[in-house]
Amino acid sequence: MNRFLIIAALLLPTLAHAAAPVQVVIKSFAFGPETVRVTAGTTVTWVNKDIEPHTVVSNDKTFQSEALDTDETFSFTFDKPGSYGYFCSIHPHMIGKVEVTAK
Amino acid sequence: MKDHDISRRGALSCLAWGGAGLLWTMAGGVPTASVLAAGGDKAKTAGSFSFVQMSDTHIGFNKEANPDTVGTTRAAIDLINASASDAALVLHTGDITHLSRAGEFDTAAELLKGLKPTELHLVPGEHDVLDTSKSAFFDRYGAPSKGKGYYSFDHQGVHFIALINVLDFQAGGQGRLGAAQLEWLEDDLKGRSASQPIVIFTHIPLWSLYDKWGWSTDDWPQAMSYLKRFGSVTALNGHIHQVVQKVEGNVSYFTAASTSYPQPKAGEADGPGPMTVPADKLRAALGIRRIETLPLKISDSSLA
Repeated sequence: MNRFLIIAALLLPTLAHAAAPVQVVIKSFAFGPETVRVTAGTTVTWVNKDIEPHTVVSNDKTFQSEALDTDETFSFTFDKPGSYGYFCSIHPHMIGKVEVTAK
Repeated sequence: MKDHDISRRGALSCLAWGGAGLLWTMAGGVPTASVLAAGGDKAKTAGSFSFVQMSDTHIGFNKEANPDTVGTTRAAIDLINASASDAALVLHTGDITHLSRAGEFDTAAELLKGLKPTELHLVPGEHDVLDTSKSAFFDRYGAPSKGKGYYSFDHQGVHFIALINVLDFQAGGQGRLGAAQLEWLEDDLKGRSASQPIVIFTHIPLWSLYDKWGWSTDDWPQAMSYLKRFGSVTALNGHIHQVVQKVEGNVSYFTAASTSYPQPKAGEADGPGPMTVPADKLRAALGIRRIETLPLKISDSSLA
């Protein structure tokens, strides 16, 4: 039993690192890159580099950040494959997409 | 009512640059006699009056483009009190605060108490409704609209309409009024005399100023279609932090300067947002607006 737990503990960090985190930079009222392609389980982090607040809100409200001021970040882990369109809910002309494929 | 066609055609009679700022004089209004008729038996007094527009105070913003938005708002209020103390009312066209925080609204409210003209009407900008519940703005200023954000009132025969276009945003879109508000607007205008002057105010422009930067409202054409039959319509907004005018048929559009920081001209930067100018040039890029009715006269004054 003890041995089993140790093996599980050793495996967990490996699994967590399976998909490297991905960053999207918000700059000049745009998401860069506008489209990111990741595998399931990946965490995407948005960082606001504008001196204007922005939000990250998926079109179907799967994820929704608070207003991010300069240098604030928002992260979401994509467990399920699919296409996730999102936008800034205070500057709706700013749009982006996360394409998630199976591992 | 053929008079309206005549006044529409002769909308713009004079454009002049004044020392303190931009001075517009227009003969596009409506004959005084018609206005009396427009007011009907409810009109208390005949004659002209003035009001003030201020916008985009952004209380809470403290970055390089303006580390002291409290100071510049105070300067704007001082200028209003010195040059327009007789104004009947003040319109604030939104972005009162920068991040919708309670402390920012408290500071703004304290500052606005210093206005000599005491009748104040506000519409929120997108910066005022960043909180999920939107209660920061509506708890303070939601009463006139019963929490909806849109309402109208009359002053000496002029019909004022406050609209909200910073809720109900859709991905890839612009500002938005939404079906319920449009229906209300159509109803509000129904039965009004076409000779009654209309002042309509919002945060985001009610016209397609520059869509690429979100300087437009998706459903503005429908809103403005309800106003086509009126002889004199003045549309005021904030959001873009600079003075831009457009006259189209019976409608005169005026976007206002901010009291916080300038933004680039449409398309002249990678994107919109705070633009840093030399500290000694900042106040020249900020301003307030005084509007006189009958005939309509618009004066933009910088804080410098």
